[in-house]
Amino acid sequence: MSTGTRHTITAFDDDMDEIRGLIAEMGARAETAVVSAMKALTEHDVEAAATIRADDKIIDSLETEVERLVVRTIALRAPMADDLRELIAALKMSAVIERIGDYAKNIAKRVPKMEGQIHASAKEQLSRMGAIVVEMIRTAMDAYAKRDVDLARAVTVRDDVVDQLNKDLFVDFVAYVAKNPQNATEVAHLLFTAKNLERIGDHTTTVAQMIYFTETGENLPDA
Amino acid sequence: MNKKDGNVGVTPGIAKISTRNVNVYYGDKQAINDVSIDVDRENVTAFIGPSGCGKSTFLRSLNRMNDTVAGARVEGQILLDGEDIYASGMDVVQLRARVGMVFQKPNPFPKSIYDNVAYGPRIHGLASGKAELDQIVESSLTRAGLWTEVKDRLSESGTALSGGQQQRLCIARAIAVDPEVILMDEPCSALDPIATARIEELIHDLRGKYAIIIVTHNMQQAARVSQRTAFFHLGHLIEFGETSDIFTNPREDRTKDYITGRYG
Repeated sequence: MSTGTRHTITAFDDDMDEIRGLIAEMGARAETAVVSAMKALTEHDVEAAATIRADDKIIDSLETEVERLVVRTIALRAPMADDLRELIAALKMSAVIERIGDYAKNIAKRVPKMEGQIHASAKEQLSRMGAIVVEMIRTAMDAYAKRDVDLARAVTVRDDVVDQLNKDLFVDFVAYVAKNPQNATEVAHLLFTAKNLERIGDHTTTVAQMIYFTETGENLPDA
Repeated sequence: MNKKDGNVGVTPGIAKISTRNVNVYYGDKQAINDVSIDVDRENVTAFIGPSGCGKSTFLRSLNRMNDTVAGARVEGQILLDGEDIYASGMDVVQLRARVGMVFQKPNPFPKSIYDNVAYGPRIHGLASGKAELDQIVESSLTRAGLWTEVKDRLSESGTALSGGQQQRLCIARAIAVDPEVILMDEPCSALDPIATARIEELIHDLRGKYAIIIVTHNMQQAARVSQRTAFFHLGHLIEFGETSDIFTNPREDRTKDYITGRYG
């Protein structure tokens, strides 16, 4: 819907560009955090896990900065129509991307608590689920940069796959722990990891929905 | 809403004012092009658009104020409760009592506050005596939110009031003849924010009692006071709809570019 024309007041465009840049940076950092967390988990890399926890503070501070800029822009520019929608979306997107960072941090926190290597089938399943979630984040941020509603819609469709994988994992993990009760602690951590990935998928879907809302003024219809 | 030019503002249902395919000319220059719109009584309707878009011209054609402009000509139909206001038998003085107007610059008569409000009821013979006239003056000033400020100095000149008070006096003057429609042409553009807020509050209070149409350059004002908004551009009615829709999700790029400050 955007005609792409600049505002008569160019400082307004500068404000919007600054907010867009921050959201894009948040998305890129969140994606990196999820990739690193899954790598740290599957490779039992305790050191990498510590770095993820530290980096999450940067995502948190970016969210605070987006909030501050959005409030300032609404107060000073009295935005309307797609400008207003974009600012409201930015507020919501920054909040959910910050949550994605938290979930990555959550996964990373489990790494030092686990004894060592996780069993092979779980590693394979979680890696697959993680890869889909990371691809969702990448596609969502791509959709954001290009203002592409079709890409945004594609993200929400992928979320159904993640939800199904989470359900499958649950069944498999419960079966595994029945046979290997000595690994109950490991499996509990893996179940939470799967749940975290599933939540990341949900939040990424929200990002996609906000892109759709910004561009069309409508809520994304269910797939 | 039909996007075909000329049908943009047609809204099925009961309208207080309906226009059909209205063209307005100043000499050879066409200022309004094929505008059809239905304005209902229950809502405040805002006309917005850039300078020269024709919104004020169109507003003024709704009570034949353009009759006083040399070379101005109106084509098409303008109906008030289904009655053609440009029909040959129409009493224009009576029409302007039914369709009152408030202007950009407050224009009280150089008379007392009381006489400003009593003027219309007197010439239209709306009061049978002094007591009834007093009653009309008091109720009109009360409705206009001015009574408590002026009740002890009704004999003072209307022009001695502050700008905001003068504008409310003009609204009281319009109300005094019991109109059906009130047209407001940028009623707050000469007022400070507090006086503006009082007029906006007044418009809110008057909603439903009269059909109100307000022309404004202030987008926030249109958003605050109206329930329906019409966007004009180069003499055309581009978009007409719920104010909340127009300001959050306009259908037309020209509307969006204007309200978001990308016009021009």
